[in-house]
Amino acid sequence: MADSPRVLTAPHVLEYPYTRSVGPILGRFFGGLRDRRIFGIGARDGRVIVPPQEFDPLTAEALDEFVEVGSAGVVTTWAWVREPRTHQPLTHAFAWALIRLDGADTAMLHAVDAGDESAMRTGMRVTARWRDETQGDIHDIVCFDPEIATTAGGGH
Amino acid sequence: MARAGRRDVAVVAFAQTAYVRSESERNEVEMLMPVIAEAIERSGIPRSDIGFTVSGSCDYLAGQPFAFVNALDAVGAWPPIRESHVEMDGAWALYEAWVRLQCGDIDSALVYAFGKSSLGEIRDVMTLQLDPYCVAPLTPDSISIAALQARALLDSGRYSEHDFAAVAVRNRRDAKSNAAAQVSGDFDTDTLLAEPYIVSPLRMHDCPPISDGAAVIVLAAGDLATRASSRQAWITGIDHRIEAQPLGARDLTQSPSTTLAAEHAGAHDAAIDVAELHAPFAHQELILRDALRLDDGVRINPSGGALAANAMMVAGLARVGEAAQRIIGGEAHRALAHATAGPCLQQNLVCVMSAEAG
Amino acid sequence: MSDDVTTISTPIRLDYTYTAGVAASRFLTSVAEGRLIGQRCPQCAKVYIPPRGGCPTCGVATEEEVQVADRGTVTTFCIVNIPFPGQAIRPPFVAASVLLDGADIAIFHLLQEVDVADARMGMRVEAVWAPRDEWQPSMESIRYFRPTGEPDAAYDTYKEHL
Repeated sequence: MADSPRVLTAPHVLEYPYTRSVGPILGRFFGGLRDRRIFGIGARDGRVIVPPQEFDPLTAEALDEFVEVGSAGVVTTWAWVREPRTHQPLTHAFAWALIRLDGADTAMLHAVDAGDESAMRTGMRVTARWRDETQGDIHDIVCFDPEIATTAGGGH
Repeated sequence: MARAGRRDVAVVAFAQTAYVRSESERNEVEMLMPVIAEAIERSGIPRSDIGFTVSGSCDYLAGQPFAFVNALDAVGAWPPIRESHVEMDGAWALYEAWVRLQCGDIDSALVYAFGKSSLGEIRDVMTLQLDPYCVAPLTPDSISIAALQARALLDSGRYSEHDFAAVAVRNRRDAKSNAAAQVSGDFDTDTLLAEPYIVSPLRMHDCPPISDGAAVIVLAAGDLATRASSRQAWITGIDHRIEAQPLGARDLTQSPSTTLAAEHAGAHDAAIDVAELHAPFAHQELILRDALRLDDGVRINPSGGALAANAMMVAGLARVGEAAQRIIGGEAHRALAHATAGPCLQQNLVCVMSAEAG
Repeated sequence: MSDDVTTISTPIRLDYTYTAGVAASRFLTSVAEGRLIGQRCPQCAKVYIPPRGGCPTCGVATEEEVQVADRGTVTTFCIVNIPFPGQAIRPPFVAASVLLDGADIAIFHLLQEVDVADARMGMRVEAVWAPRDEWQPSMESIRYFRPTGEPDAAYDTYKEHL
């Protein structure tokens, strides 16, 4: 048998444009983002879920009671990204965080532009930074910024 | 999982590739074929007698829809075979095979799993398993997602970064005796902790290697299991559970689905000698150990676990195979194998095996 | 507040390096040298082209290389009438399964230099290669197949390969 030829390789790109129908529940959420407002949904046990879910996580009933929550909240956990990857929210070092907004009982994922890892801590307050021209998707929140304490003792 | 009227099913053979960072020459079929042949030969069951064939793999690793169908070339599908596939870790393919064997009309099953993570950027491929509306568009990669859970575990006060490093050191030391392991050796905890974070609080050693590979298990039921092979690992219980999808709706420091799956699989009916835990990230082994209430008497991951080799879609099935191998080899009487899927241990499968049936 | 959103745009892109594997690499490298190489199964003796390193019916590795002819028989075909993006040839055109002499499974390629209405099962065809200096590890090294003018192959000679 002849010597093995080199194994051939070729670049292959998997790329799809995808336009997703969001349905009425997420439709209200994204419509809210477009207005720089954040809506969660009330579960049967009274908890406010953000982002809203179509069905109750415990009873599976359809949910429909929207509750507006604040655009600031508390970091419940975080991770520091020294070298952002392509398409991540920021091009300089930043933190991923799960953020429980004021009035919500669940946390949502987003980025925090804290400047340095030493500025991040679980329990810190952060506030949404909105896109100049909102479009009705998750990127309407560019990222969250550490909330600046405005009164003595207002920090942590 | 109800156990009344259940057919006894055993693992009678297990084979896997030597895991590598990149199978640069062989494609999936070429990589899989010798492992399938090895497992079938070890099982003592003629290929033509295999009653059911089921595989676990993910087309996104190759970036080609229906890529998994090509793997049937490695199986020999003529005359036509009963075949199935799950776009999941092969451990779930094994679960389907176990369920299928309960029907009673067939007595054996071939379960295989394969994947070449080297073909793409696995950290970014895994992003596509996340919520496509609110999370995936932000493109958090798989290490970032795991890091959120690691931080939460540190915040809980239960474990430290030193504990994470100790898990990595122990797994890779034990992997030295595993011929299939990709990453093995003696590492020093303090040296590891001096390394920089990849995504804090995770360092390189806390993360799994990127692996290409394949694993195969042959299951046999009842009399066939005892006729075909002199030693078997009987599956006395198997169950899997899944938690809520949103990361912010879960307590990432606990694994209630693992606890529940273990209860339903009868994990605590008797002492466990060996536990193979599918923990791709070091901190996850600690969460799983707690969820399974494993004490110091249990030998965890003698194979080196997923920190020694982590072929996507294979590592969970490999845990079942490694645990079964300990029983078949006589080192253990009762073993637990765990497999996981989804971000931050969202979905978990527990398979309990014993040297004795039922 | 403004109306609810109904759709969001969520484009995805993943980059891969596709690996042909050992068998396909050997095949494509041979195509670049003007040869069509299949593999024979040690168990059932069938010759597969393009070769895949294994026999799909027996599930055993295939290693024996067999050169097959660049001419053969049309076993089936279809006439493409619909234009689609990226189409190299204006419709209508014929896409055919060609059982090359010496092979046990057919390959897919284009049938040209024939009126689409004359395409038929059993037609004897031969490869029209690109100029030698354009040969590459790709089936595009063969531009298309065209009728040889020989009498049609008898149905019996290809009925097992449909």
